[in-house]
Amino acid sequence: MSSIRIVARTQSWRNGAVILPLVAVLITLLVTSGAVFAANANPLQVFFEIFIEPFRSRYSFLETLVSATPLFLTGTAVALAFRSGYYNIGAEGQLLVGAIFAAGIGPRLGGVPQIFGILAMVFAGAFGGLVWALIPALLRTRANIDEVVTTLLLNPTATLLVAGLLNGPWRNPVTHFNESERIVAAAEFPILLSRSRINFGFVVAVIVMIIVALVVHRSALGLKMRAAGLSPEGARFNGLAVEGLLLKAALGSGAIAGITGACLVGGIQFRLTEGISGGLGYTGILVATLGGLNILGVAAAGFLLALVNVGASSANRVFGIPAQLSAVISGSLMMITVAVMLFRRYRLVYRKAK
Amino acid sequence: MSVSTHVIDEPGPITARLIDISKRFGDVIANDRVCLDVRRGEIVGLLGENGAGKSTLVKVLYGLTLPDEGRIEIDRAPSTIRKPSDAIAAGIGMVTQHFSLVSTMTVVENIILGTSRIIIDRDSARKKIVLLCESLGFGVDPDELVSALSVGQRQRVEILKALYRDCRVLVLDEPTAVLAPQEAETLFKAVRLLANSGIAVILITHKLHEVRKMCQRVTILRRGSCVGTYEVAQHSDDELVELMVGRAVEHANHETVKPGNLVRMSVRNLVVESRGGRILDNVSLEIREREIIGVAGVSGNGQSALVSVLCGLTRPTKGKIEVNGHDLTHGKPMDYLNAGVGRIAEDRHASVIAEMSVAHNIVLERIDGFRKAGAIDEKAISTLVQKLIQQFAIRAAPNDPVSSLSGGNMQKVLLAKVLSREPKVLVIAQPTRGLDVLATREIRNMLAFQRVNGAGILLVSEDLDELLELSDRILVMYEGRIVAEFTNSQFDRNEIGLAMTGSGSR
Ligand SMILES: Nc1ncnc2c1ncn2[C@@H]1O[C@H](COP(=O)(O)OP(=O)(O)OP(=O)(O)O)[C@@H](O)[C@H]1O
Ligand SMILES: [Mg+2]
Repeated sequence: MSSIRIVARTQSWRNGAVILPLVAVLITLLVTSGAVFAANANPLQVFFEIFIEPFRSRYSFLETLVSATPLFLTGTAVALAFRSGYYNIGAEGQLLVGAIFAAGIGPRLGGVPQIFGILAMVFAGAFGGLVWALIPALLRTRANIDEVVTTLLLNPTATLLVAGLLNGPWRNPVTHFNESERIVAAAEFPILLSRSRINFGFVVAVIVMIIVALVVHRSALGLKMRAAGLSPEGARFNGLAVEGLLLKAALGSGAIAGITGACLVGGIQFRLTEGISGGLGYTGILVATLGGLNILGVAAAGFLLALVNVGASSANRVFGIPAQLSAVISGSLMMITVAVMLFRRYRLVYRKAK
Repeated sequence: MSVSTHVIDEPGPITARLIDISKRFGDVIANDRVCLDVRRGEIVGLLGENGAGKSTLVKVLYGLTLPDEGRIEIDRAPSTIRKPSDAIAAGIGMVTQHFSLVSTMTVVENIILGTSRIIIDRDSARKKIVLLCESLGFGVDPDELVSALSVGQRQRVEILKALYRDCRVLVLDEPTAVLAPQEAETLFKAVRLLANSGIAVILITHKLHEVRKMCQRVTILRRGSCVGTYEVAQHSDDELVELMVGRAVEHANHETVKPGNLVRMSVRNLVVESRGGRILDNVSLEIREREIIGVAGVSGNGQSALVSVLCGLTRPTKGKIEVNGHDLTHGKPMDYLNAGVGRIAEDRHASVIAEMSVAHNIVLERIDGFRKAGAIDEKAISTLVQKLIQQFAIRAAPNDPVSSLSGGNMQKVLLAKVLSREPKVLVIAQPTRGLDVLATREIRNMLAFQRVNGAGILLVSEDLDELLELSDRILVMYEGRIVAEFTNSQFDRNEIGLAMTGSGSR
């Protein structure tokens, strides 16, 4: 009797970090081509449209970066928290409150130089996210109340807060639409390249990613945070103030999620709208997990998901297939990647019969 | 040296035989054509340093590890064992280093769990278990939840589990590493009974006196290879160690110094309460410079709590702790570190970040001292760690994750971390638990050296030999109190043992 066995690797497979995601993408294509067939389209054409076309068209490529920008940020926010052992599921809510703060200050920045306007927007967003993250963080570090539940529950709370503001005091006085007043020009994030929507928010995202990567991998604080995340018990024994580290990670994560909100208000929407996030905070969890809680990984995963997003909507236009296909593909990609990534630590061994 | 490598030929029929077993893990050759046989009614010892491949070999026999090469014979017939159920069917039972019991189930449930019958007659199962218990002198209540049992009792349940399935070969992987001396006695009595009833036993241990007491033959492994099988009676301890290590090992010969008068650490009327009971009850002690205070006791009599308090992990309910004039009564780990206390906790795995490198584990507690322009100064860290690795003869590279280290090397990393800061006070628990002969000697030498250098050391250990070898004074704990004190001129094994059971004279 011959058999295939799964055997633990003695060392995690380094090249696997690059090879396995590619394998996952291939498997995802195979699996989801069934869905594409069912939508009466040719999978080859559709996948070409999704994965290759953006690299051939300047506009699509830049649009992918625009779409990736908030994913970079929320992915980084989640990765920072998870790395430290703080399971922040609340990036969505923190993003929304960041957007509220940015949209609140944005219309009142008339007359300031643009550089200050932008900085004010970013700081307002960061502050909003931090405030929203503070409550669960204190509950966790002071009273040991599980942050997964509290951060999660504050997401719909923030959504309702946005809806309440937009249907109440912040309803646009001119149009009576449920959207807030437009921010002033000085608060707008400038466009980086003409004939595109790529804006200063992308630069903010890259700066944030670089800072977080340096903090996590190079600084003493980062080492302590990682230690607390890997083994709170061991960290405590080594004299680290684990609660303080969790608080820092939670607030840093919230601030970054809040900056995402500011980038959406300042660079894309120019005002607060009800659908401003549409789940970007949740997608951040996906991005962070796919990226292995590693900032380079977050960049790759964020870009890949943005590609699927942008590509699927253009495939929707070109071939008339349902727009939901994007969700089908990114959902499958997520599951398959998580499964395939296990092979960084395991390998298959084929045994012949004796 | 002149140890002959002749293999004993004995009549008794061979029950199980492992032939030319090879197993690699990546670059590590855990077993290289290793042979082992065990006969009916025999207790065969399996000796070797940490990482020599003992556990790997018996895991092959129990179907937990598939060998790359080699075969197994049971009762002289070839046998294919690919998974534990095959091994159980072939009559093999094993008690691993880490137990596999379901703590929310009772003893009986745990034992019948996994027997392959669909309908289980609970009553007759229970009867069989009670009988087994009685015949072996195991005081285990069959209806007790496993979570309520001590480590020693859990081990007995593991043995009962194997016997319940009618094993004819019983493998014990370092059974006494987790036991207090008295529990070890009970265990050995039972094992002797089992052997007399015809069961073949494979006993893995690092303690030579156990081999001498229990085994006639011993198989020795060294770095994955089989050195040979020897008649224990024909070889001295030194010879056995030499066979294991590959060279002669010098005897421990600790320099004698007189303790000074300076009190390094003083603990007064320490009380720790938990769920209404007193785990520590009015414990007072003083440690002076150049002094090792040993703490003896059957496990579970408050030693763990004492160490936990003196490591800054548990807050005492009452009492006072002073170190070099600092009040540490409510100290946190950082306060202890800053006061110059070096700590080696009972649970090695809870004092490291297993996934992090050796280097980062060594500097973690003082990482703020290794900063350069905001970043971690990896170069300075690496210089320090390289030096320590050499000084303490640690078999590992600075960037290896601690999880990949053997128990002995992990312990040396912890000691290197602590001793490199030249602590004035050391609080050390079970420093050599599970370590091989050589590592044990090295670590004891390090402690003795620290003492000569002026440190005051509190040494908590379940190994009475260790305490007798190193201590200036031995305190015996029983039910949270210090019930007896001995100074090294009047150390008496029996009296100390008696005090440990709570029936001492003082
Ligand atoms: N699952 C595994 N993956 C990788 N390496 C392993 C694995 N199991 C054992 N090893 C390696 O194989 C060698 C032998 O290990 P083994 O556990 O058999 O030693 P041992 O003699 O039981 O040691 P100890 O006395 O410390 O229990 C060691 O170098 C160990 O690191
Ligand atoms: Mg072992």
